[in-house]
Amino acid sequence: MTSLYDEVQAPPAEGVPTRRVTIKVNGADRTVDVEPRLLLAHLLRQGLKLTGTHSGCDSSNCGACVILFDGRPIKSCTMLAVQADGHSLETVEGLASASELHPIQEGFKEEHGLQCGFCTPGMMLAAKALLEVNDDPTEDEIRWALSGNLCRCTGYQNIVKSVLWAAKKMRAEAN
Amino acid sequence: MYPSRFGYEAPKTIDEAIAILDKYAGEAKVLSGGQSLIPVIKLRFAAPEMLVDINGIPGLDYNRVDPDGSIHIGALCRHEDLENNELMEKHAPTIAAAAPLVSDPIVRTRGTFVGSVCHADPQGDWAATMTAMGGHIVAQGPNGTREIAMNDFVIGPFQNTLAYNEIAIEAVIPAPKGVRVGSYLKLERRVGDFATASVAVSLEMNGETVIGAGIALASVGGRTIDATAAAQSLVGNKITPELIAEVAAAVAATAEPRTDHRGSSDYKRQIVKTFVTRILTGLATTSQKAA
Repeated sequence: MTSLYDEVQAPPAEGVPTRRVTIKVNGADRTVDVEPRLLLAHLLRQGLKLTGTHSGCDSSNCGACVILFDGRPIKSCTMLAVQADGHSLETVEGLASASELHPIQEGFKEEHGLQCGFCTPGMMLAAKALLEVNDDPTEDEIRWALSGNLCRCTGYQNIVKSVLWAAKKMRAEAN
Repeated sequence: MYPSRFGYEAPKTIDEAIAILDKYAGEAKVLSGGQSLIPVIKLRFAAPEMLVDINGIPGLDYNRVDPDGSIHIGALCRHEDLENNELMEKHAPTIAAAAPLVSDPIVRTRGTFVGSVCHADPQGDWAATMTAMGGHIVAQGPNGTREIAMNDFVIGPFQNTLAYNEIAIEAVIPAPKGVRVGSYLKLERRVGDFATASVAVSLEMNGETVIGAGIALASVGGRTIDATAAAQSLVGNKITPELIAEVAAAVAATAEPRTDHRGSSDYKRQIVKTFVTRILTGLATTSQKAA
């Protein structure tokens, strides 16, 4: 059991109801007690210490907090932690194995798809969701799929190249 | 940003959800996609005592066309379910055209069509689409269901006419008299921004002749604007360039845009005129080819 309020805020006052939820995070079940107003992004970052999910604008615009919710990309700052009860989440920490990077991570490395790195986790998870439904996307399709994710450094050019690189490698691995 | 404290229930049936709404007598809100409600409670523009999460209620995520030609969209149908959707492309081209333009691709995985209509944002794509298509909302409350026509449903900015103990369970667009054609255009500075102007057009055709016409506007007034009356000169006629010019001017005159950082009111009115012209010109070409 994890207390989620260590860093988020003071523990809920006496009598503030919490709910016990069980969420599969990167393949492992996590059971926690949460106050209903806790945002999913904050559960991940402060509660579960998975700080790879970034909190950028906190207003549903930037996409830095994108994670996969039952395989589909969502903005974790715009969902309540209680809503994830019984669902399966994937964060950027779930991409790499102990020994090797995910092809999408390799793509970002090879094509210089990041500078400051703040938007990168959201970009990679949005890209993963795209490649799961379209293994050979065009540049336009990639730009469209990533249009909910903002990057203030790269001008997007290298991010798009990174996803193309990853798609090619993943197709080669599948064959 | 943190919302104020609230209670949370995730009922498994519509009846249970209605019972909770009834008990809280106006202090509870329905949570579906949450892509407007959660930002609103984070900003503390709203502070409901109770959120009733309907995402766990089975059987509400459908979109279908019935044998009679009517279109039915359930309360948990997400925006993205209507994108690249062959049924919508064939039977509801205005919906098919608007779906990829709603917010951004990540928001579209979660936000719902019906929730967006209920939110009644004057910028909302779906309220305009539903208005142009002559749709209605099916509301369920303790005493059963009732149908509410769009013009009686959205009555102002962020105001709908659901009773506190009712849930909008479905959006319905009645069967067309002839063949339904239409489109949706939206000008936005970037994906996910509020639009500068948006136009929804839905026509019913018998060959090259228009037999029904609906037009609605978003983002150019303090509410969704129903410009259907301005489109009625199309009915009974073939779509000619002269008629397009007349209707485009009449529709633009119904807009109530305000000058802001997205453009002057004259500019926005001009965009409405241009979009109506583009859509009708495109539909005229398609109907000529089809005839």
